[in-house]
Amino acid sequence: MQGQLSRFNIASLVLGFSFLYLPIVLLVIYSFNDSRLVTVWGGFSTRWYVSLLSNQQLLDAAWVTARIAFVSATVATVLGTLAALALTRYTRFRGRFLFSGMVFAPLVMPEVITGLSLLLLFVAVGLDRGFLTVTLAHITFTMCFVAVVVQSRLLSFDRSLEEAAMDLGATPMRTFFQVTLPVIMPAIVSGWMLAFTLSLDDLVIASFTSGPGATTLPMRIYSQVRLGVTPEINAVCTILIVVVTAGVLTAAILNKRRDVQRRRDEQAAQRG
Amino acid sequence: MGSQLVSAIANRAVILVPYLWLFIFFLVPFGIVLKISLSQTAIAMPPYLPVFGFGDGVSGFIANLRELSFDNYLWLLDDALYFNAYVSSVVIAGVSTFFALLIGYPMAYGMARAPESMRPLLLMLVILPFWTSFLIRVYAWIGILKPEGLLNQFLLWVGVIDTPLQIMNTNTAIYIGIVYSYLPFMVLPLYATLEKMDFSLIEAAQDLGCPPTTAFWKITFPLSLPGVVAGCLLVFIPAIGEFVIPDLLGGSQTLMIGKTLWNEFFSNRDWPVASAVAIVLLLILVVPMMFFQRAQARAQEQGR
Repeated sequence: MQGQLSRFNIASLVLGFSFLYLPIVLLVIYSFNDSRLVTVWGGFSTRWYVSLLSNQQLLDAAWVTARIAFVSATVATVLGTLAALALTRYTRFRGRFLFSGMVFAPLVMPEVITGLSLLLLFVAVGLDRGFLTVTLAHITFTMCFVAVVVQSRLLSFDRSLEEAAMDLGATPMRTFFQVTLPVIMPAIVSGWMLAFTLSLDDLVIASFTSGPGATTLPMRIYSQVRLGVTPEINAVCTILIVVVTAGVLTAAILNKRRDVQRRRDEQAAQRG
Repeated sequence: MGSQLVSAIANRAVILVPYLWLFIFFLVPFGIVLKISLSQTAIAMPPYLPVFGFGDGVSGFIANLRELSFDNYLWLLDDALYFNAYVSSVVIAGVSTFFALLIGYPMAYGMARAPESMRPLLLMLVILPFWTSFLIRVYAWIGILKPEGLLNQFLLWVGVIDTPLQIMNTNTAIYIGIVYSYLPFMVLPLYATLEKMDFSLIEAAQDLGCPPTTAFWKITFPLSLPGVVAGCLLVFIPAIGEFVIPDLLGGSQTLMIGKTLWNEFFSNRDWPVASAVAIVLLLILVVPMMFFQRAQARAQEQGR
């Protein structure tokens, strides 16, 4: 029976996916609208994309955001991978319960609370709000997402590979870098991408922890959205959507190709 | 010898580094929020009177303890606004979770029944919107829902309605926003449990004369319960403290606690009250969060 879709199944899939995609598609279409009125179609035009290029505030914000996302995703990936290793490899250590709580809680913690608490920390220690504080805040909340992604890969990892390497005389360090790391690499890469996009998207935590001179793109978009819907914002959003989608699809295709290659190698090894 | 020492240090570092980071940037800040929620508002920068200096020794600590004030919490009790905001947040999150389940379950079920070759693509299609900016996805709905927006234009054109519907700036708009934004969180855990399910059980039940609906409620649904619980918690918990959706779609009339906290902080500049609001919100969330962590831990045990 599995593999055969009933009419009900097809209907729920079609309706569900239209619900998920229609708003985004409409937003993209209306970014090419010539009319200033966002909801009235006035013909095809790319003029909002051209006018973006002269919007210095928006460009500055985009540059700040990209740098914050890059730095925070990179640090968060290292910390998150370590946290995932700690959670899967060391089943008992003092404070493990607290540790796993601290890893999982930020995943569902309301952003207003995370933002407020981090801001109060930065004020308490006298750190000036700006680029650094937003980056620190983003590292903290994205590393937990990285940890979860990497952890799920580590759980399905065949430990006997590591044991074999050690039996053959490899040191634990060498085993980690030559056996474990290559296997969990796809998860680490997708963890980095997830952290990068989460940082790119974040409005609430950045609003709390940012200061003058470190206005991020979502903050800029938000303040313009509050004044009303404009085709220019549609254009920025479309560019962001295209960039992120391209990144995710590339990663997915690369992953798929590697999987196919691995399967072929395995088959060759079995025959060989 | 040297390499042993290195690996011993590495072993410690694996735990200690992320532990310390989360301790400093996750746990300590909550201590500070708690502390400031117990201090008094002041017109200064930062806008609160300091309590609890740790440099004053034990006697100073005790003296400070006496000065703690629960005024901010009493204030929350005193003003019905806060109580109503908490209640309406929980209600809105609950209603949205229900609708997300109603839409997400048939989707996840359809995905689990789809041919195996199609499933990775469908999974990708569910995950992709999650990667797209939250703010952008909420923003997209403004153009659709506002009185002269695309939905009303469409409905007027079809002739279903004569006057534009007022959806924008109502709770309906918030429900739509939350269901839309959090739907992937509902579908993914549901799909994960449904995909592993043995559908031959249903065939067996049907062969024995069990009608499909009964088979669903007696077999499929109970077996998918872990996914239902995980999905509902993943939608419900963050929805309670949601700020962007009520702010952009709900307008000024709606009460949600995330928005109240934001206004307390950014508009009223009352940090102690904002902290007290955050602490109470956390207390409300502790129970569902414990459930979530237990469910996560159990899933891990099974995965091992």
